[in-house]
Amino acid sequence: MKDWPEKLFRTLKESGVRQVGYVPDAGHKRLIELCIADKEMRAVVLSTEEEGIGLTAGAWLGGVRGALLMQSSGVGNCINALGMTRECRFPLLMLITMRGQFGEFNPWQVPMGQATPGVLSAMGVVVHEANSAEAIAPMVDAAARLAFGSYQAAAVLISQAVIGIKSFQEQAAR
Amino acid sequence: MKTMLHRRQVVEMLLKDRKDLLVVAGLGSTAWDITAAGDSPLNFPLWGAMGNAAMIGLGLALAQPARRVLVITGDGEMLMGLGSLATIGVQQPANLSVVVIDNERYGETGMQATHTADGVDLAKVARACGFASARQVRGPGQLAGLRGAIHGARGPHFAQIKVLAEKLPLVLPPRDGGVLKSRFRKALLGEAADLD
Repeated sequence: MKDWPEKLFRTLKESGVRQVGYVPDAGHKRLIELCIADKEMRAVVLSTEEEGIGLTAGAWLGGVRGALLMQSSGVGNCINALGMTRECRFPLLMLITMRGQFGEFNPWQVPMGQATPGVLSAMGVVVHEANSAEAIAPMVDAAARLAFGSYQAAAVLISQAVIGIKSFQEQAAR
Repeated sequence: MKTMLHRRQVVEMLLKDRKDLLVVAGLGSTAWDITAAGDSPLNFPLWGAMGNAAMIGLGLALAQPARRVLVITGDGEMLMGLGSLATIGVQQPANLSVVVIDNERYGETGMQATHTADGVDLAKVARACGFASARQVRGPGQLAGLRGAIHGARGPHFAQIKVLAEKLPLVLPPRDGGVLKSRFRKALLGEAADLD
């Protein structure tokens, strides 16, 4: 099921998401392209993932639903800002592509990847783990309902098993 | 040129007759400054999330393009989120202003020097990031022009206002984050905001 980014994008649209903050990531490449191309969406490229916590909080203050796309390595950059999300009960929808998890070749990705669910849970973010392409869109739909309906922070972790195992050799061959 | 500006007077002047201006303040002294000028439900003063004030302003400005948005924050807070100036420069929100009240100190932790005390020029950073206007303010004569930009001219605007390093009485806004969020949304979006 290679069209999971298209399905995920439609789910975001149907959930009323109109502002998307992102730090570029190979796993989210297609989804980012779809967000940039959509006239109703505002795609905001961030210099670090932490900025997206403020961005989406500001959007909610202004009556707009936001989502945040990042790789698992960026989760650690968000930790202190997530304290605001929790204290203010800001809705937050995080879509996280996993590294350091399933057949990872880069050892530097492993510590943050392995700690990602625990770090999010520790900051009060409800974690959904999508281990197959089919599971992603329904899970994002549920996470969006939890975020915007129940004013919660919710994350969907997209497994490295779905995205594929990256290696520098494969990238060089492209 | 040494500054003679007092931070509370500067902030009061910028917020006078503010009409429907939306204001985000960084944690610490600038949150007390905007509250001293008169608490409002259209203020969102931070008590944490250091480094994120300008980004909250960006999200709000993009969500509400017909309203003017002002972020007032301190030099220490701005330095922690310097990348957000680049992010704002890319988005070019015409209705956003970021004003740094620069006393060259970390005021809440014992008045230790920040990078700006050693000459780091935040206005030059903002200009390099593509802000429509970026200025350093050291005297009262420059404030009227800045006020005009905040309330009307096409932005994004940035100002680094050099102020005296003063220890002032605390004027505290509400602390409950949920209350601050809800009152802001109700004042901006109407009574039905939380039925969304």
